[in-house]
Amino acid sequence: MKRYLLPLLVFLVLVGFFAVGLNLNPREVPSALIGKPVPAFSLPRLDDASQKFAAEDMKGKVWVINVWASWCAPCRQEHPLVNEMVKLGGAPVVGLNYKDKPENARAWLTELGNPFVANVSDIEGLVGIEFGVYGVPETFVIDQAGVIRLKHIGPLTPEALRDKILPMLKTLGGTLGGTPSA
Amino acid sequence: MSCAATLAAAQVASPQAPSTFADPVLEARVLAIAEELRCLVCQNETIAASHADLAVDLRKQIRTKLTQGQSQAQILDFMAERYGDFVLYRPRWKASTVMLWAGPFALLLVAFTALAMNIRRRRQSVVKTELTPAEIERARRLLDGTAAASSATRTPPTP
Repeated sequence: MKRYLLPLLVFLVLVGFFAVGLNLNPREVPSALIGKPVPAFSLPRLDDASQKFAAEDMKGKVWVINVWASWCAPCRQEHPLVNEMVKLGGAPVVGLNYKDKPENARAWLTELGNPFVANVSDIEGLVGIEFGVYGVPETFVIDQAGVIRLKHIGPLTPEALRDKILPMLKTLGGTLGGTPSA
Repeated sequence: MSCAATLAAAQVASPQAPSTFADPVLEARVLAIAEELRCLVCQNETIAASHADLAVDLRKQIRTKLTQGQSQAQILDFMAERYGDFVLYRPRWKASTVMLWAGPFALLLVAFTALAMNIRRRRQSVVKTELTPAEIERARRLLDGTAAASSATRTPPTP
């Protein structure tokens, strides 16, 4: 009796491993930066290239970085959800315009609307590399201490907003209704 | 159209525009390191082989860092810090990867041990079994019966 059970047991163990493994998505590479400080960057603003915007400017606030580009179709799709995130999450969203032409990016924002508190131009994509960006769009949530707490890969979805991003923003204590004056 | 014009302008405007064949030794080192890294966009390709924009950017980074004097280990660390261990083709030796590295050898060891034990057990059981005198007698009669029947008419052997 025992000898017949052994292969069955081995098979069931294998089924267990496959059940877990096959449900994972290899395109979603977990971020190595969760729990690490946000990369210090200082880039020219999209609206005024002579002005710089730095990660440091957001110190002490809970904030979100959304990596986007005008040539990226899913970014266009997620844009209404970015608006949602700004409205419901209460945290300021900074746009990282990745490997794009500033003119195209500005035109894109004029067409679709600009919910971002600021946009920066990462023309070479070097800051993107610091963030471990490997595709567009991606979204990062950063806490008041400047630590990356969440990375969302791909366009925002209602489920991702509802189940991951908004709860995280709430936990971190972002203020409702826009940036605090402090 | 305008592409050729801008290309020509770029070549005039940027004096360095480093040709990738300017320093074959450097390029060989870049590729050696790039072959240790997985392209996260085309995940079955190395950064050396992939044509994805990200791969081009990362090869540029590798080249820059090599000219700055960084070592292969430092560059691989840089990549793994930002992109995670998945970007390395050779997983690091860590608590979480011990099973990955040692697992196959461990399983092989288990299999060989099971095989050895099985063989030993079977050999012992063969040695232990002996025919009883009644079985020896029956065997002899059967053998004699078939020997006689094959030379004469076919009669069934007497049990």
